Amino acid sequence: MSTAAPEKKEKVVQPFDYDKYLRPNKLPHIWCPGCGHGIVLKALLRAIDKTGLPKDNIVMVSGIGCSSRTPGYVDFNTMHTLHGRAMAFATGIKFARPDLKVIVVTGDGDALAIGGNHFIHACRRNIDMTVLVYTNATYGMTGGQYSPTSPIGSTATTSRYGNIEPPFDTCEMAKASGASFVARGTAYHTIELERTIYDALMHKGMSVVDIIDACPTYFGRMNKYKSATQMMEILEKDNTVNIKQADKLPPEKLQGKMLRGVLHKVDRPEYCDQYEEHVIKKATSKE
Amino acid sequence: MAEPAKKLAKIVINERLCKGCSICIDFCPTNVLELKGSCVAVKDLEACTRCQLCDLRCPDFAIQVF
Ligand SMILES: Cc1ncc(C[n+]2csc(CCOP(=O)(O)OP(=O)(O)O)c2C)c(N)n1
Ligand code: SF4
Ligand code: SF4
Ligand code: SF4
Repeated sequence: MSTAAPEKKEKVVQPFDYDKYLRPNKLPHIWCPGCGHGIVLKALLRAIDKTGLPKDNIVMVSGIGCSSRTPGYVDFNTMHTLHGRAMAFATGIKFARPDLKVIVVTGDGDALAIGGNHFIHACRRNIDMTVLVYTNATYGMTGGQYSPTSPIGSTATTSRYGNIEPPFDTCEMAKASGASFVARGTAYHTIELERTIYDALMHKGMSVVDIIDACPTYFGRMNKYKSATQMMEILEKDNTVNIKQADKLPPEKLQGKMLRGVLHKVDRPEYCDQYEEHVIKKATSKE
Repeated sequence: MAEPAKKLAKIVINERLCKGCSICIDFCPTNVLELKGSCVAVKDLEACTRCQLCDLRCPDFAIQVF
């Protein structure tokens, strides 16, 4: 009797077919070598694929910035709007067509500086959309000014002696403003990010994902990082901890680290549902 | 008996899209890749485990491993 061990089947993961979701002939994209925005876009496309939603049911809306160029490359319904106003346009779209899946891609400057007002009110309303904030701690598109997430002491074209402004914690701000799903990911942890974005897309209500990614051209160069890789290792890998591991770590190991994963998830009435229930129904019953 | 030959990976690099950022090279666990000029190239195909990390972290849709 033969005792030969059954041949071990090699586990082969096939690469993901991004072309399915990209507009033909639009690549190469405008992002600099090593810019994290492309890595985030790929995680987003894989997450969208997992939802099984048809492309025509998805609307991607952005403001202005390097990150806000994303909709130009993807084969969904897309809208490239005004600086800071992506969430206002997205609210209008969702309000008119609640059947569509609305995704906002926005930079930390776009979402939290000029667009901070729209951001907090979209969260407060808990309107059903997914907002991905690409946090590279700088205004990439306009040449590296500091942003509302730039760390204290960091250098920018507008903070030559080191930034004196304390940064926002995007997730705390989203939670305090009323978003019912709040999470954080990084470009480095790309598979985890894909899962987090998928969870955000499946959530009913306002879902915000703060995504730490690198701008090697400005933030990197001005803060003396040697490469995009080094930025990913220090700012994304070493500087963050998954919330599931955080409980097991002593407090000194968590000092100064940002938490990744789903940080907040609650059921709260959604804006379009409330409008249907409390406005449309009442208004039409009077006729 | 000779070991059955391990199926070699097929690494497809799109030279038009690669911006030579080195992310894939630096994060490859088995040192398969290198930079040639401003584009990534395969240095040691046999070492490739098809883990897909290079593709997953490439910002430019420039590398795929089959
Ligand atoms: C009303 C208005 N004000 C200012 C600008 C200039 N501007 C363009 S992009 C940008 C900031 C972009 O930073 P961010 O949103 O963080 O995106 P990134 O480029 O870093 O991805 C600014 C200030 C503008 N286009 N419109
Ligand atoms: S300037 Fe910064 S954010 Fe903009 S594309 Fe270049 S690396 Fe990316
Ligand atoms: S698949 Fe993995 S082992 Fe092969 S080149 Fe890419 S990163 Fe290296
Ligand atoms: S990560 Fe992509 S763009 Fe960067 S060197 Fe590798 S293949 Fe080229």
